[in-house]
This record gives sequence, C-alpha cells and structure tokens, in this order.
Amino acid sequence: MNFPILSSLILLPTIGALFILFTKSSSGKYQSSKYVALFISLANFLLSLYLWHVFDKNSVDFQFVENREWLSGFINYKVGIDGISILFVILTTFITPICIISVNATITNRLKDFLIAILIMETFMIGVFCSLDLVVFYLFFEAGLIPMFLIIGIWGGERRVYSAFKFFLYTLLGSVLMLVAIISIYWITGTTDVEKLYELGIRAEYQNLLWLAFFSSFAVKTPMWPVHTWLPDAHVEAPTVGSVLLAAILLKMAGYGFIRFSLGLFPIASENFTMLVYILSLIAIIYTSLVALMQEDMKKLIAYSSVAHMGFVTLGIFTMTQQGIEGSIFQMISHGLVSAALFLSVGVVYERHHTRLINKYGGLVSIMPRYAIVFMVFTLGALGLPGTTGFIGEFLILMGAFEKNILVAMIASLGVILGAAYMLWLFKRVVFGEMNNQELKGMKDLKTFEIITLSALVIPILFFGFYPEPLMNSIEASVENTLNMYNFDLINNLASKD
Amino acid sequence: MENFQYILPEIFISVSIMLFLLVGVFKKNSANLIYNLSNISLVILLTLIINISSLDTIYLFNESYLIDNLSNYMKIILVGSGIFVMLTGSKYIQVINLNKIEYPILILSSILGMMIMISSNDLIVFYMGLELQSLALYVLASFNRDNLLSTESGLKYFVLSALSSGLLLYGCSLTYGFSESTNFDQILVNSTEFNYGTTFGIVFILVGLAFKISAVPFHMWAPDVYQGSPTSVTLFFAILPKIAALSVFIKFLYTPFANMNDQWQTIIVFISIASMIFGSVAAIGQKNLKRLIAYSSISHMGYALAGLATVSNQGIQSSITYISIYLVMNLAFFSCLFMLKRNDQYYENIEDLSGLSKKHPVLSFSLLIVLFSLAGIPPLAGFFAKFYVFLAVIEQSMYFLAIVGLLATVVAAFYYLRIIKIIYFDPEKEEYETSHNLGLKITLAISTIFILAYFIYPSGITEIVSKITMI
Repeated sequence: MNFPILSSLILLPTIGALFILFTKSSSGKYQSSKYVALFISLANFLLSLYLWHVFDKNSVDFQFVENREWLSGFINYKVGIDGISILFVILTTFITPICIISVNATITNRLKDFLIAILIMETFMIGVFCSLDLVVFYLFFEAGLIPMFLIIGIWGGERRVYSAFKFFLYTLLGSVLMLVAIISIYWITGTTDVEKLYELGIRAEYQNLLWLAFFSSFAVKTPMWPVHTWLPDAHVEAPTVGSVLLAAILLKMAGYGFIRFSLGLFPIASENFTMLVYILSLIAIIYTSLVALMQEDMKKLIAYSSVAHMGFVTLGIFTMTQQGIEGSIFQMISHGLVSAALFLSVGVVYERHHTRLINKYGGLVSIMPRYAIVFMVFTLGALGLPGTTGFIGEFLILMGAFEKNILVAMIASLGVILGAAYMLWLFKRVVFGEMNNQELKGMKDLKTFEIITLSALVIPILFFGFYPEPLMNSIEASVENTLNMYNFDLINNLASKD
Repeated sequence: MENFQYILPEIFISVSIMLFLLVGVFKKNSANLIYNLSNISLVILLTLIINISSLDTIYLFNESYLIDNLSNYMKIILVGSGIFVMLTGSKYIQVINLNKIEYPILILSSILGMMIMISSNDLIVFYMGLELQSLALYVLASFNRDNLLSTESGLKYFVLSALSSGLLLYGCSLTYGFSESTNFDQILVNSTEFNYGTTFGIVFILVGLAFKISAVPFHMWAPDVYQGSPTSVTLFFAILPKIAALSVFIKFLYTPFANMNDQWQTIIVFISIASMIFGSVAAIGQKNLKRLIAYSSISHMGYALAGLATVSNQGIQSSITYISIYLVMNLAFFSCLFMLKRNDQYYENIEDLSGLSKKHPVLSFSLLIVLFSLAGIPPLAGFFAKFYVFLAVIEQSMYFLAIVGLLATVVAAFYYLRIIKIIYFDPEKEEYETSHNLGLKITLAISTIFILAYFIYPSGITEIVSKITMI
C-alpha cells in the first residue's frame, strides 16, 4: 500500500483549517465555513471507516506503516496503527463532526476561528493515536494543548482564564518529565521507534524511573487522583463542544499511552507499580463518585464522573489480564461516546435556560419528552446498565480485577453502585419531579440538529451495547500480543535474576 | 598577501563605514541614503561571507585570526539578522526622529567588531573586536538622547560594561602570564597542567563574557537597557551581541581552555541553571513588553549555555541551533512590537495588547505563534531548539540540569500564556494603524512561517551545524 492513508487522515483536517483561514465570507456569519468544516470532518470519518474496513483484524503487526526520514539521522516520522489505535482514530473522527454540527448552538462569536481550532485539534488527536515514534507522539501529545487552551480561554465561561491556565500548566508540568524520559530512552537504546523498542526492550534497572516519568504525564492527562483537579475546572468553563472534545478524546490519550507505552515498554516497572495504580484508581473511583454525588453543577458532576470512569480504565489496564485490558479499551470508547452525549445534553438545556445548576431544573419530562428519552439512554449508559456500552466495559474490567485481586475488585464494584446513585439522582432531579421553576415552561424540545447529533450518539451506545463483537474483534489480537510480550519480558527478567 | 581574499568581508565593511562617514559629512540630509546604502552593503557583505564559507580552516595574520566553519556560520547568521534588524527598524527610527547618519554607521561598526570577535584567535584581537562593538553599542543605547530612559540605559550599560571589560582584561592578563602566550592554540598547548593562575584567568574571562550574554548573575543591565533603548536598538541588543558572545564562549571554552573543562564546567552549569530559573521567575511580574523580553532572553541564554556545559560536539551544535532559532523568534516578536503604532506613537506595555485579536487577527496570530514558540511548545521551532539542547544534556547524563531546565520552561510558559491571554481573552482597545512598511511585513511573514513550518523539515539547520566540530 503506497498511498499514505494515515498521513492523509492526519493532515486532512489541517488542510481544511487552512482553507477556512484563507477564504473570506461576505455575510460575516461564516456559515459556509461551517459546511466546509463539516464536509472535511465527515470525509475524514469516511476515510477512517474505510481504513477499518481494509484493516486486517487478525494481524498483530502495525499496519499502514509510514516511515520517513525526519530529524536527520536519528528520529523518523513513523505512523501506523494496530487494532487498539484504530478504534481511537475512529472515535476521534466520529466525535469531530458531531462537535462541528453542535457548534452553532453554543458559539456566537468568532465561529471561523473556533472551527479552525477544532480541525487543528483533530489533526493532533489522530496524530497521537497513530504515531509509532516516541518523539512524534510527544509532539502531537503536547501540541494539542495550544488549540484546547484557546478553546477554553476564548469561548469559555466566567472563570475561563483560570481554568485555561490550570489546564495548560498542569498538563505541561506532567509532560516535561516524559520528555526527559523519552530522550533518556534514546540514549539508552539508540532509538525512539516504538516497534524497535518492543523488540530491544529496556534494561530493568532503568525501567522504574522511566515508568514514573511517563506516569507523571499520563496521570495528569487521565486524570488520576490527586492530580485530577484541573478537569472539573476545565470542563465547567469550556464551551459545550470543548467539553465534548476534552472528555471524549483528550482523556483517552493517556489511557492509550498506558497500554502502548507503560505496559509495552516498561513491563517490569508496570508490574512493580501495579499496587500504586490500583490504590490511586480505587480512590478515584470511590472518592470522586462521592464528590460527584454532592455537586450542584451538572457539568461538574459529569466531570467528576469522568474521573471515576477513568479510574476504572486505569484499574483495568493494570490488571494485566486479557479481559481487563479489553474492558478498559471498551470502557474508553464507551466513555468517549457517553460523556460526549452527556455534555451535549447539558449543553441543550444550558443553551435554553443559561444555568447549569441542577436545582434550577425539574420536571423537564413534561415539556421536553424527546430530550427526556435520549438523556435517559445516556444516563443508563453512564451507569453501566446491561445493553449499553458502559456495562460491557465495566463488567470486563471487574472480571479482570477479580482474577487478580478480590479486595480491589470488591471496592471497585462499590463504585458501580455509587455511579448509579449519582447519575440516577441527577436524572431524577433534572427530568422528573415537579416543575417549580415557572421560567422553564417556555423551553422547547430538541431542534433538528440536536436530534441528529444526539441520535448519532444513541445508536452506537445501544448497538455496541448489545453487539460488542465488531469492536472486540478489532482489539483482541493486539491486546493478546501486548500481553504476550508483557509476560514474556517478565519471565525473561525473572529468569535472568535466577 | 595571498590570503587577502579571506579577509575581504572585514575589509569591505571597514571601507564602507569610512566611505559612508565621508558621504555623511559632505552631503546634507543624507541620512536616508546612508541607511539604504548600509543595508545594501550588508547584503554584499553576506554574499562575500557565503562566498568563502565553503573553505576549510584558514589562519591569518600570524595565526591570530581564524576562518573556519564556526566563524563562517556565526557571521552568516550575524549579518543575516543584521539585515533584518535594519529592515524592520527603518520606519521606527524615522517616526521617533532618530534618522541620523550616525545610526547605520554605528550599527555597521558594531557588526564589524562582532565579526572580529567571532574570528579572533588571539586574546588581543579578541579584545579589540569586543571593544569596537561595545563602544558602538554604548552610543546606540543612548541614541534617543532627549529621552531620560534612553540616556540612563546608555550610561548604565557603559558603566557596567566597562567594569566587565576590566575583569575580562584582568583575566586575559592572568592567562597570558601563566601560559606565556596570547594565541589561543598556544595557550591550549601551554596549559596542560593545572595551575591557579589560569583558573583565575578562566573565571574572570567567563565573568566578562557572561556579562555580554546577560547571563545571571551578570544580567542586571539587561532589563533597563532593553527598556530604555529605542526599540530598534533593543532588537539589535537582543540578537547580534548574543550571537557574537556565544560564539566567543564556544571558542574560549573549547580552544584555549579545552583542557581545563573540569574547572569551567561547574561554572557554566551554575550560570545556566541560575539564568533559566531567574529569567523565568522574574519575568512574571513585568508590565513592559521590552522588559519582559529582556528577562525572557536571560532565560533563553541559560538554555543556550546548557548546551555548552556538556563538553561535547552535540552540545555545541545544539547551542548554535538554539541561538539560530532564538534569533528568528526575536525578530518575529519585535516585528510585532513595531506594528503597535497609533498616531506616530509606539506602544510597548502588555496592557496595550488587550483584545488585539479582534481587530488584528493576523498580527495576533503571529504573536501567538511566536509566544508559544518562545515557551517551547511543540510543534513550533522553539520546541526543537530546546529539544536539541536537552538531547545533548541528557546524553552526558546531566539529569539535574535537564529537569531544572524543563521545569523552568513550565514557569516561563506562565508569562507567555499571560500575554496570549491578554491578546485573545481580554476586552479590546483602540485599533492600531494597519499600514506598515514592506520590510517589516516581510520580516514578520518570513520569521513566522519559519517558526510555524520548522517541523516539516527540521534537519535543515542541524545538517549545516553538524559541520561545526570543536572537539
């Protein structure tokens, strides 16, 4: 295959952004720019679906690999995908058009700039999931900060400046240590090519420190307790679309990084630090669920629930079992869909009533029946009801956890109950109950474009909830391969000690 | 004189300076003419240097003058940035009534001094070059003589610079006394054994050089001089003397004192760490953009020195790459600064940028790119500059230096973000003029595109620089 399909996938949104940048709109409303952006992102989505179609699901190798000389002599621009990354690429290309459709509801000023920021963001996000070189990965991983900083800062709410700074500096601080680790890896092994590093392996004595350096970056991005505090701020202040991008895709970069790099490159250190990750994940699950229960702001509640859900993800990854890791990947995809949907749902009522406080709402079911239905699906998806994607992810993760550590699994199961509690309570307070607030009476039910975006999210949540096979098929071989390599390294290490 | 052709650039520029002086004296109102002629002569100078740059190492004048890959590369970026400095500042000096014949001539003589510094292979030749550039710079700093701040900055620069020159000279004399030669190569041969005299010599020379490069703890002049000087001179200060001083740094550390690296390595590491931290922290509270960029340049010099501290070719090359990218970022930043003009008045406070993005999207976008690049965020050029430096630093297992440096970038990111916040998030103010001279626009466009598109072909500079090997 000579056609550089991954590079086109990465570059297409940027080309679209440049096109929007250099075209002038006479009306000043930039509606045409929006159609351009929508067209580009949909084209990218179709391209990624085609990629999934031609992708060989039984192979464990990286496919569609492109390897070009870049930094002369030592670092190559190398991209490629396996069964794990392709799902994240599709998630990205799927969420972006939804964001672009939802834009006109929330963004009133500087629409053109906003579209450019989203498209550039898409380039960086796809790049993160495709890159097979540590430096290239770092480049994309960090570059995403720039558009996101602007999205929160320009189009955000009242405390946007504080939130944007907090988001940027937290993430940057976590990441610089990863840069030190990446450069160290280069000098230790002579390459930053991920495939070669899988083969070469990194000597055991270096692994712990390198693992910690990567962990500092991924933990902030995941986010894990106690460095999760930027997330609620960023979510609350970001515009709806920004929250969607942040929750659905940005948080997944870290989970993906854990599987690809922490497990793949530092198996021995991963084994050493398993307990640390378990404990932090459990705190994230239980503590942030309790915090979520007490929130008065809808977006904040969902933000804390994201932290709890990502706690499940990290827990699942570090069970190092087939079920656990598959469950984590599934949970990430599921959370990508569900949290995007929840933030859009909050956006729907926020746009009509201009408040996110839960106690200002109530009894919406009588005036917005359609909204009540889709919101219910998303609520159930978030709490992991069987038949939604959320269930499969959590179920597999808990299976994996029970296999490794019963106590951890039991505590994590408590989190499922708490998750049900805060989500159902939110739903009850917003949608059911009496309508005390007379101003709510004027609220209209869903508009056409909202029906399009929300039902586009309902369908995969239910479809993959009942029939997860297509996703599972895609990741199975790659996860198995990752685990095999992992166990192989561990056994080798034990053997060398004896 | 069969080697006459190799020194042709220096001779050409000296002759031009004298010629322009004569023209200035005999022809009335010739300021504009001389300005343009100087610019042309800089272009010719650049071609002359490029013309001889393919040659190998050549010693001239009894081995006191050296033309090699390092000096050629440094002279090319020096003169190249000199051309852009002249281009961007041409309108500015007219508006604030500084368009006098002395201005371009002083710039040319300063460049001549720097070229001599860069090529010197002898303590005396080096000192001559240094003083030639410094004398021109004293006058340039106080060129706006009706302005109190400008006069103050000139005087301040003069007093502190004279002090540091004194220290430097003392260091030179000690070195000469103990190694019995003023020739760099000869000093290297004669100073194989440790002795206190040469060590003291090194310390004094490093102090003098650190002053020229405005590294902590010899940075005190920089904020005042940057703020007080006319902006076009500040731009000159921010780039050209740094190139020359860094080049001399490399030369001193790796030619005469190459055997003493265990003596000077700690000093360089200390200066580097102190500059990175101080430059980042002190910039946070600044209100004036020129003052802020002064602190920012202090921290950037810290990163450039970090590369030198490694005692490896990789490190030297990374420092040179760093300064090359740094000068482009500064050109872009100051071009933006020159565009903040309204009714013949230039604005230079951070608040003046408030809400700039609404009326001036292109200018704001350029500033955004430059500031993120200065902060070292990928995929912009500034990231690669830092990346090369840390690559070299970590190769030598100097993890402490690397981690401190990277943490300092996080602190530095804060104040760059603060400017971006003011440009993009804050309410807008009055509009600025939108008509600018062509040179300014071209400079801004070229430098912004360079920063933005650097990642597409990052090997370009690296390949040229990789020819420069000192060890």
